[in-house]
Amino acid sequence: MGAPPDAWSALRARPRQFLLSRWPWRSLAYLATALLVGIPVLVVVLCVARVFGALERRRLGLVQVRTRTRLTRRERRRARRRLPVSWPEVGYAFLLAVVLWPLDFLLLLFLVTVPVVMLLAPALAETDDMAVLGWHVDPGPEAWLATLVGLGLAVVAAYAVTLAAVAQAALARLLLDPREAELAATVAELRRSRVDLVDAFETERRRIERDLHDGVQQRLVALTMTLGRAELDVAEGPGLAAVQDAHRMAEDALADLRTTIRGIHPQVLVDHGLTAAVHELADRSSVPVTVDIRLDERLPGPVEQAAYFVVSEALTNVARHAGARRVGVHAWRHEGAFVLTVEDDGIGGATAEGPGTGLAGLAVRLDALGGTLRVTSPSGGPTEVRMECPV
Amino acid sequence: MPGLRIVLAEDAALLREGLVGILERAGHEVVAAVGDAEALLAFVGRHEPDLVVTDIRMPPTHTDEGLRAAARIRAEHPAIAIMVLSAYVAEAYVPELLEATGGGGIGYLLKDRVGHVREFLAQLDRVAGGETVVDPEVVRQLLGRRRGDGPLGSLTDREREVLALMAEGRTNGSIAEVLVVSEAAVRKHVGNIFAKLDLDPASDRRVTAVLTYLRG
Repeated sequence: MGAPPDAWSALRARPRQFLLSRWPWRSLAYLATALLVGIPVLVVVLCVARVFGALERRRLGLVQVRTRTRLTRRERRRARRRLPVSWPEVGYAFLLAVVLWPLDFLLLLFLVTVPVVMLLAPALAETDDMAVLGWHVDPGPEAWLATLVGLGLAVVAAYAVTLAAVAQAALARLLLDPREAELAATVAELRRSRVDLVDAFETERRRIERDLHDGVQQRLVALTMTLGRAELDVAEGPGLAAVQDAHRMAEDALADLRTTIRGIHPQVLVDHGLTAAVHELADRSSVPVTVDIRLDERLPGPVEQAAYFVVSEALTNVARHAGARRVGVHAWRHEGAFVLTVEDDGIGGATAEGPGTGLAGLAVRLDALGGTLRVTSPSGGPTEVRMECPV
Repeated sequence: MPGLRIVLAEDAALLREGLVGILERAGHEVVAAVGDAEALLAFVGRHEPDLVVTDIRMPPTHTDEGLRAAARIRAEHPAIAIMVLSAYVAEAYVPELLEATGGGGIGYLLKDRVGHVREFLAQLDRVAGGETVVDPEVVRQLLGRRRGDGPLGSLTDREREVLALMAEGRTNGSIAEVLVVSEAAVRKHVGNIFAKLDLDPASDRRVTAVLTYLRG
């Protein structure tokens, strides 16, 4: 028995001696070199894949007229960071090179050349000996028949080419699409649903405010009226004192309720806009507030609401933690954005993160509007809360 | 003061009945008690009352129907005094209310004040008498604002305080009580305010002073 010709036969012929033969070493070397050869190939393919993917998508426009999903540069970058290597694109590159390219070549050759040659049969048969797919075409009537057949084939070819293109396009879509367009669609959808959520919260706040106004607030006012009338009828003495006490308590409850309602859905903001509403907040602040708001017109509702609650929350925090002597609220428009800052001269060390800070919730709300909320608060102060939002 | 003829607008039936009770008990005649601004305007046109008492927030939009109705009443019937009540008061609404002054009195009070029946009725009388009465809560907000410039800049803090109390519709006696000074001292402050604001003695200087104050 001579030496086995390959690793597989070697293994099968003498499974035990195999271990001591040179075949395992050769196999190892083979696999290792495959890796060595494979790595540069892979790198080149990965680099080319992205360019290739973009090119392919553009080519798709020929058969699939679609509105391109509009992505901002930032969204595009974000999408890219999250999916650093596009495996579907790599796969598609291989597929196109190995299967689709030869297939397309053959298909086009057959579906275009044959009908064209047949259509031109009367002319071709005159000048030369003519044969198509084994059919020897004579000049004269037979040539004209060939033209007719060519016409039919041209029609069939048109369908066939389209079908092939559609099938390939579908395949390309399947492999290339998920990456950016669908991701972008998802991002857009999420953003929309988040804005919807903010709107829903706003609607809900409005409903709650309305319920409080129409319900408990009116009953409390009616109660103060009744107690007020009772005060006129009850004789001086412990009875009157009790009624007056009750009256005071009802009024305190009403005052509390007004504060609550202001925190839910501030009427001044709705009726008179941000400047008036912030002045009202400033008037109620225990720390003196300077207000400088430069707006020629009302802001869009959601931005106005967010700005109001940012000021409200910031002023509450200042009063509670900052130990500040004065606060400044400034707001202005700058290049298509609305900017608002709340600065205090307190002890600093404030943060927008973590549970329990209303600013964290507001940051989420602003994010949904495409805006930002930043808190700069070095230990020792000063603290600046800065909101920016496109309008 | 003899009984006033009053048209009342308040959309909450509970409060409407309570108000009617208080007003009638005081000897006023409520010629109509309605639930929205449209009916208010219709009845004011028909009855020409001395005084209109209206809520701000009423159907259909539940925003500022009462304010808009007040402005129309002021434009069409300048002699009718108007008392605006609200579940919630704010300084921001004052300029709107004062936009069309010049005729009868104007009042702007928190609904809670109605419970202090005697004071509320006294404030109604003042408004019917052509004065301007503004809720202490609003006055507090106004006081909080810095207003160094304008005619008010020349007033001392004490004079400004007296003016703020005048805006609440208080008499000199009541202001003296609040500030714990003699009524003569209040009269002196009031005289100084009139002089500093350079008010025409022929006009109702008390009203004009308050308006100057409210307009800032």
